[in-house]
Order: sequence, then structure tokens, then C-alpha cells
Amino acid sequence: MKILVCISNVPDTTTKVKFTDGDTKLDTAGIQWVINPWDELSLTRALEIKDDASSGVKSVTVAHVGPVTAEPTIRKALAIGADSAIRVNAEPSDAYFVAAQLAEVVKQEQFDIIMCGIESSDYNGSMVGSMLAEMLNIPSISAVSNLKVENEKPIVTREIDGGKEVVSTSTPFVAIVQKGIAKEPRIAAMRGIMMARSKPIKLYEPVAVDALTSYKKFELPEARPACKFVDAENAKDLIALLQSETKLI
Amino acid sequence: MSVLVYTENWDGKFKKVSFELISYASKVAEMLNTDVAALSIGNVANDELQKLGGYGASKILSVENDNAKVFDAQNYTGIIAQVAEKIGAKVIIIANNNTGKAVAPRLSVKLKAALGASVSKLPLSVSPFTIYKRSFSGSAFSDVELKTDIKIITLAQNSFELIETANNATIEKVDINVDAPKTEVIDVQKQTGKLLLTDAEIVVSGGRGMKSPDNWGPLVELAEVLGGATACSRPVSDEGWRSHEEHTGQTGKIIAPNLYIAVGISGATQHIAGVSGSKYIVAINNDKSAPIFEVAQYGIVGDAQKILPQLVEAAKQVKGK
Ligand SMILES: Cc1cc2nc3c(=O)[nH]c(=O)nc-3n(C[C@H](O)[C@H](O)[C@H](O)COP(=O)(O)OP(=O)(O)OC[C@H]3O[C@@H](n4cnc5c(N)ncnc54)[C@H](O)[C@@H]3O)c2cc1C
Ligand SMILES: Nc1ncnc2c1ncn2[C@@H]1O[C@H](COP(=O)(O)O)[C@@H](O)[C@H]1O
Repeated sequence: MKILVCISNVPDTTTKVKFTDGDTKLDTAGIQWVINPWDELSLTRALEIKDDASSGVKSVTVAHVGPVTAEPTIRKALAIGADSAIRVNAEPSDAYFVAAQLAEVVKQEQFDIIMCGIESSDYNGSMVGSMLAEMLNIPSISAVSNLKVENEKPIVTREIDGGKEVVSTSTPFVAIVQKGIAKEPRIAAMRGIMMARSKPIKLYEPVAVDALTSYKKFELPEARPACKFVDAENAKDLIALLQSETKLI
Repeated sequence: MSVLVYTENWDGKFKKVSFELISYASKVAEMLNTDVAALSIGNVANDELQKLGGYGASKILSVENDNAKVFDAQNYTGIIAQVAEKIGAKVIIIANNNTGKAVAPRLSVKLKAALGASVSKLPLSVSPFTIYKRSFSGSAFSDVELKTDIKIITLAQNSFELIETANNATIEKVDINVDAPKTEVIDVQKQTGKLLLTDAEIVVSGGRGMKSPDNWGPLVELAEVLGGATACSRPVSDEGWRSHEEHTGQTGKIIAPNLYIAVGISGATQHIAGVSGSKYIVAINNDKSAPIFEVAQYGIVGDAQKILPQLVEAAKQVKGK
């Protein structure tokens, strides 16, 4: 059984974003790029599953759609422990385009479990995983907080309003993961970093697909009005103030 | 041509979010000079279906099918797509909740329709069709053009006011083919009757500044008196002080209540990413330079343990409890 973990390359979560070209493009100057936090957790869980021989999972591959500048992120995934990597050599123009590239990869390589994050922290699409599943006409399970594989049979826990559900599914399928999938991301050890250097990154050229959307302009959120302070000694006044000014209490 | 809204039900009932979607759809339909059809999947009684008419749906389509009793993303996508094709929908509107996130991107592929996700305002224009959405985890917004003939929008919860209208809606039962789902639910653990954090209009939330899991009494009481829900920062749920269900932020729940009261929370960007959609933020923190005060409209600098009991008392008086 083979697992594919789709990884996106995003600005570090503490980045103060700025835009250029008349607010039409992200200003990438000085940005620290990282593996999307969800994808790091997916990879961690995929490796935990592979480490357990009874799962029947034999390999974990990562795939990324992006230009060569994303290779450090891919190498990091290899250093954490992925067996191999695939890069589709294209500038990701929108989620539909990315999903179409990944669909081609899955068709060629035949993975059984495909893991995607619930959203990338940059464009916040929450789209790629489900789009990929529809393109492949296979099931997708969203908001996955736990994934187990016993003798090649996946058992998935998904979050629903006010609780959780345990779901079984046929393979191949796409798991769209969120909080809970792994506790802490696995860290690359020195040995892993050394080994990653010799692991293969297979290159795919993109298939021709038109994006369905285009980003026209970015804006920073409106500044909120300055904070009104209530004296700690008269904390009670806060309730009266909220009542009169917000009318919510 | 019309605007199609998928209105999810919870055990046969609609929620405020369903009516928000219809209200929003009515405004979009006005911009396009068309009407609104609402689609319900599952068993919902006619008097409940009729409620959707009160916010501007002129037609209510109801699909009841044994193969659609439990949610399966692939199946639900198929149902919505068939109905959309049947009525010639040009815009499809879905909630940006768990269900919407699971279905809308699949539908986008199936109908080759551009998707604008996590939208918080009416379209900026309908030709070209341009929406306004959250990006970079709430630290920016963007104008995005949806370039296809059919468009899909997922609407962020609590971002649009309810608009009541005269109710002249007709209900139509739609019979369509649904295959057996390829996924099977084998166990459900669900709390019923509890106010969901994502639905709450007032949220009282605690961070590491609460100091210990034993100090939560007055915070929970404040939420109760105000009719709200409780939340927490990530370290608090990681430490097991509070349940994971309450973790808000980039890696937890993203919420947009009307009032968010942050107690002993520093206001890290990853935390703010989950609450920046709140209408009002109130901060209680003993460090007046804490970043949370940069996003709060109301604040108290002081010790949470001393302040919370005073707030509880004042809230009780106001609420007559
Ligand atoms: C990839 C990534 C994702 C993350 N995702 C999230 C997320 O989703 N949600 C999240 O919350 N965090 C997230 N974090 C963590 C985040 O960076 C912060 O570490 C976290 O939000 C801090 O939690 P806190 O405010 O409760 O604690 P602290 O930062 O320790 O702040 C405690 C605050 O309490 C105040 N305080 C102390 N004593 C008192 C008192 N007696 N009375 C009043 N105030 C007091 C202090 O002044 C301080 O401001 C993430 C981090 C990373 C790297
Ligand atoms: N360029 C990309 N290459 C590979 N996987 C991606 C890419 N962009 C997004 N993904 C995957 O899709 C998930 C959700 O991203 P998004 O739909 O952009 O919010 C991510 O967590 C990744 O698993």
C-alpha cells in the first residue's frame, strides 16, 4: 500500500504579509517558506502508519506543485522521512490547476491513500483535496482528525458538528486532514537530513489546464478602532459599556 | 437561471446559518435579476422547509433518498450537481462549514464552476463576477474573479445579516438517482443540545494567563450568564486544561461571533487568525503591551482572577439572574 502526502509551500505563519505591483502580488521579499502546518502533520501521521508493519503501508511519497524554488521545502519533507518526492514543475495558478496536476500524478503512480491538508495558510482555499478526489472520481473524507490502517484497511475519524464519526471507506480515497491527525510534527534528525540529499525528487511537467479563478487585488484588513480601556478597579463598567455600545448583552 | 442555495439540516431542523445563506442569496439574485431556489437533502418536514421562504427563497426543492441519509461528499456533490443542472443554476451558494468545505470543491470540478471560498461580503461586481474573500489566515483579503459561466460561493458563517421577506415559496419534492455511498459511518459520538462554538454569538475564551485548569469556574459562568460558549487558546487545549473542541485559531476552529472576550490570551497571530472575523473583541490581560489589545475594541489591564468575578456579577445583574 502506498500513501501520497500533498504538500504546499507557504509563508511562515508569523509572516506579516505585504503586497506589491499595486497590491496584486504577494511581496515575497524576506519571507520564510515552510511546509503548510497541516501537511507536516499529515506526513508525520503517514510515517507513523508506515512504521507500524501491521498497517501494510510500504511507502510514503510527497508531491508538490511548484517551481524549483520550492525544493528546500521538499527536501525538508524527505529529511523528516518521506521515501520519495514528486515535483510538478509549474507555478500554481489556482486550486483547480494544482488539483489537476496532482490528479495526473496519482493516475501515473497509483496511490491508495492520498492525504491533503484542510487548508493552506496562504490563499485559504480548502479546495485542493476535494477537487483532486472529484477529478479521480474517488471518495473524499473531510475534517479527518484520525487515520488508522489495519491490514490495508483504512479507518477514518472525522469531525462533525458537536462530535465525531468513525468512517470506513474503499481505497483509493483522499483524506483531508485537520487538528488531531498527529500531535507534534516529526522533526528531521541529522541522519534524515543526510539521507534526504540522495533521495530522488521525480520531476513531472505540467498538464495544460486553465485556472478557473484569478486573484485581482489584495487588501490588508481595515484597522480596528483604538481599544477603549476600562479601569480594573471598575471592571463591572465593562458590562454596562458593552450593553450600551454593542447592544449585544 | 437562478441562484441555488444548499441548505443543510441538522436532525430535520435548519439553523440560523441556513437563513443567512438564503438572505445572502436573495441579494445576489437581485444583482443578477433572478430568483432563489433552496435545496434540502434528507428528511425535513414541510413546515420546516417552508421557513426558508421567509428569507427570500421562492422555490424549495427537497430531495429525500435512502442513499443520502448519511453524509458522503461524493454523493451529495452528485445530488447538488443534478439539481443545479435541472434548474439551470448560474450561482450556487453553500455554507463555509464542514459540509460546505467537503462538497463545494468537488462540485466545482463536476460543474467546471469557479469556486470562491470563505466569502464574507456580497460580490463586488457580477460582470466580471468578482468576490471578496479572506486570505493569509485573515491577515489579508482579496478580490477574486470567478471566470466560469457557473459560479460557486461558500459564505463565511455569521458574515451576513438575516433579511426577512414575505413567504410565497412553493415546495417541490425532487426525485433523483443516488448511488450507494462508498463510505460507511460505523460509529457516531455526538453531543446534542449543546450550543456549538461555531454557532455561538458570544464567546468567552481563556488562555495560558488563566494559570491553571482549576481557575475556569468564573469564565464558564460568564459565558453561561451571557448565553454564550467557551473557547480557549491552543496551549490550553494542548495542556489538557480544556477540551480540544474549544481550541480556536489557525490550527483549531475558526469562529466569527459578534462578541469575543479573550481572557489571559496574548494574541499571537495564529490565535487571531481564528477570531479576527469577530465583530467586537474584548481583551482582559495583565500586560498592557500584549498584542491582543491591538485588535480589541474594549480592554481591561489587570488580573483575570480578580476581574472575572466582577464581570459575572455585573452580567447577572444586567440579565436579571
Ligand atoms: C504553526 C502554528 C500554529 C498555531 N496555531 C494556533 C492556534 O490555532 N491557536 C492558538 O491559540 N495558538 C496557536 N499557535 C500558538 C501561538 O503561537 C501562541 O503560542 C498561543 O496562541 C499562545 O497562547 P496564550 O495566549 O494562551 O498564551 P501566552 O502567549 O503564554 O499568553 C498568556 C497571556 O496571559 C497574560 N496573563 C498572564 N497572567 C495573567 C493574569 N493573571 N491575568 C490576565 N492575564 C494574564 C499574559 O500577559 C499573556 O499575554 C500556533 C503556533 C504555531 C507555530
Ligand atoms: N501547490 C501544491 N502542491 C501540492 N499540494 C498542494 C498544493 N497546494 C495545496 N496543496 C494541498 O492541498 C491542501 C489544501 O490547500 P488549499 O486548497 O490551497 O487550501 C494543502 O494542505 C496541501 O495538502
